[in-house]
Amino acid sequence: MNALEFRGVSFSYEENGPLAVDDLNFTVQEGDFVAVLGHNGSGKSTLARLSGGLLTADKGEIACFSNVLSDKNLYDIRKNLGIVFQNPDSQAVASLVEDDVAFGPENLGLPRDEIGRRIDFALRATGMEDFRGAMISRLSGGQKQRVAIAGVLAMKPKIMILDEATAMLDPKGRREIVEVVKELNKREGITVVMITHFMEEALQTDRALVMNRGSIAMQGSPEEIFERHEELLSFGLALPRIGVILKKLREGGMELHEVLGADALAKEIVSCVS
Amino acid sequence: MLKDVSFGQYYPVDSFVHRLDPRLKLVFLVVFITAIFLAKEFLALGICAGLLLLALIASKIPIGKVVRALRGILFLVLFTAVINLLFYPGDKVYWNAPAVLFEWKFIKITQAGIMFTAFLIARLILLMICTSLLTYTTTPVALTDGFESLMTPLKWIKFPVHALALVMSIALRFIPSLMDETQRIMNAQKARGSSLDTGSLIKRAKAVTAVVIPLLITSFRLGDELGEAMEVRCYVGGNNRTKYKKLRFSWRDLIVFVLGAGLLAGVIVLRFFPVFAL
Repeated sequence: MNALEFRGVSFSYEENGPLAVDDLNFTVQEGDFVAVLGHNGSGKSTLARLSGGLLTADKGEIACFSNVLSDKNLYDIRKNLGIVFQNPDSQAVASLVEDDVAFGPENLGLPRDEIGRRIDFALRATGMEDFRGAMISRLSGGQKQRVAIAGVLAMKPKIMILDEATAMLDPKGRREIVEVVKELNKREGITVVMITHFMEEALQTDRALVMNRGSIAMQGSPEEIFERHEELLSFGLALPRIGVILKKLREGGMELHEVLGADALAKEIVSCVS
Repeated sequence: MLKDVSFGQYYPVDSFVHRLDPRLKLVFLVVFITAIFLAKEFLALGICAGLLLLALIASKIPIGKVVRALRGILFLVLFTAVINLLFYPGDKVYWNAPAVLFEWKFIKITQAGIMFTAFLIARLILLMICTSLLTYTTTPVALTDGFESLMTPLKWIKFPVHALALVMSIALRFIPSLMDETQRIMNAQKARGSSLDTGSLIKRAKAVTAVVIPLLITSFRLGDELGEAMEVRCYVGGNNRTKYKKLRFSWRDLIVFVLGAGLLAGVIVLRFFPVFAL
């Protein structure tokens, strides 16, 4: 089944202005883990906001699990579709972790004990169970984003969109988030669309879509995409050669840590071999 | 420096005061403030202070936190104190000395002035401590729930109680975020050579606008982003919402309720039959 489908969607922020999204067509299958790549202004975030009904398409149709998005079914669509945004400091409604995670289930009108169970589940799945009573303002960026994911997760969505959710984090925080999301996809079967401009993150996914000027320019497995080096560069995206090599070596059975740069990779290989 | 602003920030420990029903705490705060203003003599104020001290001990809030909260009103306290000390007229004698202790031109320090100033300072400090005790021991969500529950009668006249309560709790939740943001903007301005703590008053005031305007823009942006995040999480207003944390009135609340009623009664009695009047 198609979890998310865009059919000829166009959108412009101003009337007769430049199109942020231009005749966009793609589908995401249920259970997929998809990366959406693109440089700044390629229309990635517009895609997320259109999916959540925060913006209304000028042309075309958006369907989430076969329900075509309209003003009437926004609430039902949002029950199944969660979005995690970029800024760790602007998504929490409450001061305490558990209060914030409870916000979504409360909006759904769930009974108390069910909300409690969902908080347990969401915090466990994001590895934040020890922070249940903590103040969100005291957490690190990565932890805040994990709480944001938990807040969405507690609503038990079938599809989760991460709109550059790692963009404002340090490398450690970024890794944490990608790990959590990957687990959710594998274990809970939640469809994940990860919008990002970090190429390394795309390597973790099953499929990647590359956006350019508001439409899909390339799609395929991350490896396939990264093979087309020249093309990627023409869309303003740099290729993480190191990442590709690292992934292949790991698949070959070497236990290597995440590294950036050729020197670090060389050292990592040497220490692994010796 | 901005990290010191602790007013309005919840302090997460488990204590007697933390467990009290937020509705009761809100009502108690109103009662307490009324009592402080009704108190016209030292014994009444002393009773208020004693009760507050008890509450402070029961709340497990470190004394440093309380002192820090007081630092926020230091200027106000000093200002009021100096003005009253120098200009308060009165010829009442409290101890074995002339009523007017010092006089020079229009400045006049009297015994009554000293007593009155001490009273005023005590009053301000008590006010500040009791208000910050509420926010230290109550999460914004609990505070909101309490407020909403107390204001329920207003719903009958279609007053947007839920929305107002939510606005209140979000405001509290944003204090630390905006503090961080302010610090960030200040650092950015300093890095570009703006000086916020040197130069004439006018110069400094101008430098402050360079912080306030970006801060204002940032808060609008944060507000927009929060709005979208709330919408996506199916927020459609207060109807049909359930609450995870239920407010419950327990034996603790009963004790505090009785104490509060006793306090108010005591202060009113002392107002008519003062023991140690000003």
